Amino acid sequence: MSKLSIPVRKFDAVIVGAGGSGLRAAIQLSEAGLKTAVLSKVFPTRSHTVAAQGGVSASLGNSEEDHWHWHMYDTVKGSDWLGDQDAIEYMCRKAPEVVVELEHFGMPFDRTDEGKIYQRPFGGHMSNFGEKPVRRACAAADRTGHAMLHALYQRNVRANTQFFVEWMALDLIRDQSGQVLGVIALEMETGEVVAFHAKATVFATGGAGRIFYSSTNAFINTGDGLGMAARAGIALEDMEFWQFHPTGVAGAGVLITEGVRGEGGILRNSTNERFMERYAPNAKDLASRDVVSRAMVTEINEGRGCGPNKDFVLLDITHLDPATIMKRLPGIREISIQFAGIDPIKAPIPVVPTCHYQMGGVPTNYKGQVVGDDGTPVRGFYAAGEVACASVHGANRLGTNSLLDLLVFGKASGDTVIENVRSGEIGLKELPADFADRTMARLNRLNTQTGGANVNETRLELQRTMQKHCGVFRFNDMLIEGVAKILDIEKAVARTEIKDKSHVWNTARVEALELDNLIEVAKATMVSAEARKESRGAHVRDDAPDTPANPNGRDDVNWHKHTLWHRDGNRLGFKPVIMKPLSVETIALKTRSY
Amino acid sequence: MEERQRLNRLRWRCTRRAMLEMDLLLGEFLDRVFPTLAPAQADAFVILADMEDLELWPLVNGSRECTDPVQAEVVALLRNVRVK
Repeated sequence: MSKLSIPVRKFDAVIVGAGGSGLRAAIQLSEAGLKTAVLSKVFPTRSHTVAAQGGVSASLGNSEEDHWHWHMYDTVKGSDWLGDQDAIEYMCRKAPEVVVELEHFGMPFDRTDEGKIYQRPFGGHMSNFGEKPVRRACAAADRTGHAMLHALYQRNVRANTQFFVEWMALDLIRDQSGQVLGVIALEMETGEVVAFHAKATVFATGGAGRIFYSSTNAFINTGDGLGMAARAGIALEDMEFWQFHPTGVAGAGVLITEGVRGEGGILRNSTNERFMERYAPNAKDLASRDVVSRAMVTEINEGRGCGPNKDFVLLDITHLDPATIMKRLPGIREISIQFAGIDPIKAPIPVVPTCHYQMGGVPTNYKGQVVGDDGTPVRGFYAAGEVACASVHGANRLGTNSLLDLLVFGKASGDTVIENVRSGEIGLKELPADFADRTMARLNRLNTQTGGANVNETRLELQRTMQKHCGVFRFNDMLIEGVAKILDIEKAVARTEIKDKSHVWNTARVEALELDNLIEVAKATMVSAEARKESRGAHVRDDAPDTPANPNGRDDVNWHKHTLWHRDGNRLGFKPVIMKPLSVETIALKTRSY
Repeated sequence: MEERQRLNRLRWRCTRRAMLEMDLLLGEFLDRVFPTLAPAQADAFVILADMEDLELWPLVNGSRECTDPVQAEVVALLRNVRVK
């Protein structure tokens, strides 16, 4: 017995997270008759998958000719050749199957006149190996994620999946051999800490976009799975790659659509200069996302930002006719008033490049198994969705591939668990005597800390540091300084203090525990970004510019490889990109241009 | 359950939602406006906070009308919230 005994519940499988990937995995497991528990910090249909609007891609060819191989090519190119080609082939080949399955689960896809799933074009999706845009995105109006989550949840109810709602997973349980035997979790309603002892543990905890000060991610996205994996000795892969949107409301993160600049919106700095004229004399404010984001960051870094901290620029539409704003941009006016306290008819909107999606994560293979540095599966451990790095998105994700990722790899991880359980490869091994000690020590430290750091202030410092030192456009000296700063913040996180020591609904404790996870993601991101001395996909460095030798700043000779951040020693390892697909020819390296 | 615990639960359900917009809006409302509500309005807010984001957001941005009069009062207050 552990010296710190806690209640133990036994399951065939425990899934952490009830967004799209967790629910999809749970369907496989429950329908196969496995006793399955799903833990979630919130009610499943409140998961962040709801925020996905665009659609899910699949080469159904309902509107015009399409092929999974073309989809695969687009995804490899989108990833800037950092994606693993076996996983990308698997995902693109499986796409039609999982989308049709979802339709059979009751997903209300938009339809063509003939009753087929309607498909629309989406950025980066092309026919015939990059020739011309193709209609590949399947959607349910602008609420695809919401509809998907409902369809998956209802299917789980039918399959008798057991949900543990408003529970927060705290740590993985691993034994001496490294096998994962479940998780330790906290029930918020009672404060009780319980072990979920399982043959298989599936992480589907989503991303960690809240490490940045400006993020489109909901507050729930605190990287809990990444923190737990890192503390359990699992390396995190390609954490330097984060997708940003140029115009989020400063401070709030809420998106201001590109349509505002399309209607004539102008970006200005603290001297009221229309600075995009210097960076993109022709396209100006309508230049591509990365060009606009880089220009904004350069203005801020060179001291021409606005506000008391000089940390944002302004998006100005005050020169437009108020009637035009009311007619064409009413939603944006509402958002500006509510989230920036600004009526854009009268004053410009404060904006900054804003974090949107995490490409890296817990390393997995295309079967959804978490893998060690040499590619060997970690017995009993699986992951899918944004928490995982299969790696299908590589250095940059293609729109609509995130919903596809969670369907394909949610299902694949479920199927692999079933196979591993039935073959006897994994079973309910005895828990080590000290399995709960580390977690209980962490909780005890939090309960007894005095004179410690304030959780909200420390989180804010972490977020501001990530935004300033490791944002959308990166500078070597800022990154070096950022590593030192984030390690200082880690010391504060290790001594956070909460005033409320009660058990029932102690949200202060939960927020402190979330911060324990955010700091692991922040370290992994900063250290990996500092190390990667090239520009690739979403990772763009000032000192790795576009040259004839290294187009777009990409350095394939030295950096065509994945990073693996280890918490132990705060060190980096590397592994090669898998260039060999499952059945087709390798899509050879070439310059990424659109 | 004690009042403080009930409020903590409500805070969790207001600030851990699917959409960032609703996290921000409901969290701000809870801090600034909720303590000033009449009991019937507070009850109406709890019902509104239990809605899913894609049900509540159209009420807040005015694209859908609220049929319950007390809920409509609270929605009007929500609409006036300015996130700091």
